Amino acid sequence: MSIQQLYTEAQQLSTAKLRDDIVQQLYERSHRLCSEGIKYTKSKRDTRTEKLDAIFTSPIFGFPIMLSMLGVLFYLTIAGANIPSSMLAEFFGSMEKYLTAFFTFIKAPDWVHGVLVLGLYRGTTWVISVMLPPMAIFFPTFALLENYGYLPRVAFNMDRLFKRVGAHGKQSLTMAMGFGCNAAAVISTRIIESPRERMLAILTNNFVPCNGRWGTLIVLASLFMAANFTGGLKSLVTTGVIVGIVMFGIIVTFFVSWVLSKTALKGIPTHYTLELPPYRKPKIFDTVVRSSLTRSWSVLMRAVKVAAPAAILTWVFANIFIGDTSILMYAVEFLDPFGKLLGLDGYIMMAFILGLPANEIVLPILLMGYLSTGSLTEVDSLVDLKQIFLDHGWTWLTALNMMLFSLLHYPCGTTLLNIYKETKSKKWTFLAFLIPTVIAILVPLIITQTVRFFGWL
Amino acid sequence: MGNSYRVALAGNPNTGKSTLFNALTGLRQHTGNWAGKTVSLAQGNVQYKDKMFNLIDLPGTYSLFSNSSDEEVARNYIVFEKPDVTVVVLDATSLERNFNLALQVLEMTKNVIICINLIDVAEQQGISINERILTNRLGVPVIKISARNKKGFPMLLDTIDRIVTGAIECQPVQTTYADEIEDKIKKIEPKVSELIGNQMSARWVSLRLLDGDEKLLNEINQRYGQKERAE
Repeated sequence: MSIQQLYTEAQQLSTAKLRDDIVQQLYERSHRLCSEGIKYTKSKRDTRTEKLDAIFTSPIFGFPIMLSMLGVLFYLTIAGANIPSSMLAEFFGSMEKYLTAFFTFIKAPDWVHGVLVLGLYRGTTWVISVMLPPMAIFFPTFALLENYGYLPRVAFNMDRLFKRVGAHGKQSLTMAMGFGCNAAAVISTRIIESPRERMLAILTNNFVPCNGRWGTLIVLASLFMAANFTGGLKSLVTTGVIVGIVMFGIIVTFFVSWVLSKTALKGIPTHYTLELPPYRKPKIFDTVVRSSLTRSWSVLMRAVKVAAPAAILTWVFANIFIGDTSILMYAVEFLDPFGKLLGLDGYIMMAFILGLPANEIVLPILLMGYLSTGSLTEVDSLVDLKQIFLDHGWTWLTALNMMLFSLLHYPCGTTLLNIYKETKSKKWTFLAFLIPTVIAILVPLIITQTVRFFGWL
Repeated sequence: MGNSYRVALAGNPNTGKSTLFNALTGLRQHTGNWAGKTVSLAQGNVQYKDKMFNLIDLPGTYSLFSNSSDEEVARNYIVFEKPDVTVVVLDATSLERNFNLALQVLEMTKNVIICINLIDVAEQQGISINERILTNRLGVPVIKISARNKKGFPMLLDTIDRIVTGAIECQPVQTTYADEIEDKIKKIEPKVSELIGNQMSARWVSLRLLDGDEKLLNEINQRYGQKERAE
């Protein structure tokens, strides 16, 4: 007799309410155990949690509180990261002089200096000075909120919206994970029981910016969107723009979930219970140290590991000439007409394509492309940086389009790989690539054509 | 390697499993106060006396009925990978709900420790837990700890040690269901036992077959199917 036959036999014996009976009897036994083994000496209930929940999950205050939390989080990140960022950039800049002197001293050939210093060193140090300070602030702050128990309340608030678009309320949790890393968030969708709703969560996850894209968004927003402001107000405007971009990403998440749940992934959202755990005071020191050191470090190592080869590759492409045009320029000129249509240009398209392995390197590659030598100049301050962009015909529209493209475009290589591992389907992995790409093309296209049509620019 | 043992950590989400895991292994797995933080298996080692305990942090789940893939991951690990000891971590402040999972684990495997965490919070709330009564009713060791404050760890490690050396023998007390269900189990169980031998608890597999757990069926077919055909 095989197990299959046994199963059939068991099914004939079974009744529809067998599972309910089992669960009920398990709970009855739990109840008996508790009444025998546990004494409640004071009937003190956790009123603090209840009181806080009345505020955090209130129909009136819930959303405004959520938005302002998000705003505060980004403001701290943006305002706090400015100074350490420029300090790091200066430090690496001055180190470079010594490196170059060393290479001259040992009479190294020019190309060795080019690959190692202008390519590798500049590329990776740029990533470090732009990425490290925001991450060292964002991760611990987010982790504190998380450990305190605020995230389930976010899920609770968002639940109704997700239900309305036919998705699962837990998607707001996996979405929150996406702010850290989309690749990790795709794995976290395992908490969603129904395969249909899990697929929705996977396909829409990259519409929230991961930390690889924060750098790009923050730099562009502060250079172009908040250009006319100074001091604290500048950080505030930058924060406003970033919150707006994030909100737009969330709206796209809802929209795509809604369209998919009406077409390819038809169905009604399943019910689930969401536990609202008691608020617990996090171990502040542990949390801060753990998340800023360990988590930033691991993400950064990944960035550098991918940034280093990409920087070298870009330098090589920019310095190998066929005729009098470098390989890089051929690609750029080929992509340029398409890029222009979206209010971008060939360099930007090129950077996004080369940036497939990791979003962290898109901006460094773009800068390397813009400088004729194919390597980053010493960008000591953000003003220099802006000049480079302006020299290549950038306007606020270019910056906005690039931010939107970065927000909406295809997931990075690691995320796509994880999607394939989780769905085990080439078709869905391809869709996870295709849907964002189409949206990332359409949105800037519409914006650019509208702006041009009305002659706003 | 003869001194290395695998210890799985199971439990509801948000009971401090990952905190316990980090504190014991000295690893820095990220923890969070929400359901679904741990979705894949994290591993780390603890040295105790002359032994090495290899800790496996299973995904936190409310049940083990294979409703979702994280429940399946946890369930499959306990049933098919057969850890030497399974530690079920419970939240002392909501035991009534948490016991449900513990009772399910007791049906699946023999060497179980019930580890009641957040005992400091429970004491503040005036909850006093008599672990001896619970040990008696469940047939496996019940231990109170506070993972955040690293309290109760020596007791926990010592109990794991004594289970793997055989100094303590766990005799999990099975949940008795209504007569109607028990009769059905009696009909199926001998046949299951004949088929799978002592690879798994025949009672538990019978229950799952009655419950119509197709995912488990496929898993058994995949894992033991080839061998059957070869015989």
